[in-house]
Amino acid sequence: MTASPDPRPMIEMRQVSKWYGAFHVLKECTTKVEKGEVVVVCGPSGSGKSTLIKAVNGLEPFQKGEILVNGVSVGDPRTNLPKLRSHIGMVFQNFELFPHMSITDNLTLGQVKVLGRTRDQAVEKGLALLDRVGLLSQKDKYPGQLSGGQQQRVAIARALSMDPIAMLFDEPTSALDPEMINEVLDVMVQLAREGMTMMVVTHEMGFARKVAHRVVFMDQGSIVEDCTKDEFFGTQRSERAQLFLSKILQH
Amino acid sequence: MGGEFDWSVVWKYRAVLWDGMVTSLQLFAIALAGGIFFGTLLAMARLSRWKALSVPAAGFVNLIRAIPFIMAIFWFYFLTPMIVGKFTGQQGEAVGPFTSAIVAFIMVESAYYSEIIRAGIQSIPRGQPWAAYALGMNYWQSMGHVVLPQAFRNMLPVMLTQAVILFQDTSLVYVVALKDFLGAASKAGQLTGRIVELYLFVAVVFFVICFAASWAVKRLQARLAVPSR
Repeated sequence: MTASPDPRPMIEMRQVSKWYGAFHVLKECTTKVEKGEVVVVCGPSGSGKSTLIKAVNGLEPFQKGEILVNGVSVGDPRTNLPKLRSHIGMVFQNFELFPHMSITDNLTLGQVKVLGRTRDQAVEKGLALLDRVGLLSQKDKYPGQLSGGQQQRVAIARALSMDPIAMLFDEPTSALDPEMINEVLDVMVQLAREGMTMMVVTHEMGFARKVAHRVVFMDQGSIVEDCTKDEFFGTQRSERAQLFLSKILQH
Repeated sequence: MGGEFDWSVVWKYRAVLWDGMVTSLQLFAIALAGGIFFGTLLAMARLSRWKALSVPAAGFVNLIRAIPFIMAIFWFYFLTPMIVGKFTGQQGEAVGPFTSAIVAFIMVESAYYSEIIRAGIQSIPRGQPWAAYALGMNYWQSMGHVVLPQAFRNMLPVMLTQAVILFQDTSLVYVVALKDFLGAASKAGQLTGRIVELYLFVAVVFFVICFAASWAVKRLQARLAVPSR
């Protein structure tokens, strides 16, 4: 596993287990994301990847084990979850922009209501980030007026507007038409190259090859492989990972 | 019922009718505002993870919805003074018919509205509150800025239907001798023997108000509509 000079990892999971009734969704998952590291989580659908990443910022409760984000325990009832979440950015499969608000308001709501910034500060910050994802001209539109790829770029800008110390991506390109995937991946690659700590659930192996430091492979709720990118795309991988890769790399 | 219609009675009793209309509108406005406010809280309680909130809320809503509206108004009129009397030791210090009717209306309407609002909240995809929480918002911020504004937009047509029913139901207060618009017309009808004219007038006024309200809500809905491609 990776050794890091950082005193503590950004995200650390120890033996995390979760059940939906009798169904065991996460089985003793242990992994970590160091500061500045990009970790790609992949695996067949239903393997628990999305549940795992949502557990990191407490959107999915878990029953056993421990998750530490920058040293703060997510599962501890005394933890101020809103505060913890406010500096962990999250990007969802279905964008989840607020459809009743303009793009500008989407970018400023969290900054004003959660971080207590003034409207002017928030707009300045939000529009700078909107410019960065190449969508400044869309600032007065509503989410429903943008394409999927554009909405996801706005969603990334919205998450960045909170000055996150780490970013979580839950299948950010799975709901996109093929021709829009790259515009979103380009933004993510740029972010990774700037040193953002990222945990990314995705099937985009091209992205993993390009910027990931480590790849975590999940199957049936368990972390089957947790290795460096080179090891993962090399030869010594498990049968299940191999089978998965051969299936998704065909197209 | 022979003879010609005599519409002059409407003009002659305009002051009585107007007073009745004011009572009806007051009752309607207070019951509507209270019903939506408490209905929203009830809906949130019912959807709560905590049984201590969801079970009593569900019990209240189911109880109220199982009782005929007119009975709630009636009971409240007679029960409240008794309950108040128990606590204060005084007998029959009556809470006026208007106050007791208001309380009954708010209770009943909040139960009905809570069901509409609950469905409205549930119509919002789970990812929306997730996105709000992921930005660091708490429950009230997520509800107030993200979930409810969208839910109310979706609910507008159903809420209007319920408001029209509520406005028509204000006439039920005749059971506690409160003089609303219909009650006033009825009184005028008895005094003049021109019941048909007065009831026709009432019907026309009710129709115009409800029709106008429905038109206004359509306009409002168009204005609030979320732009899309």
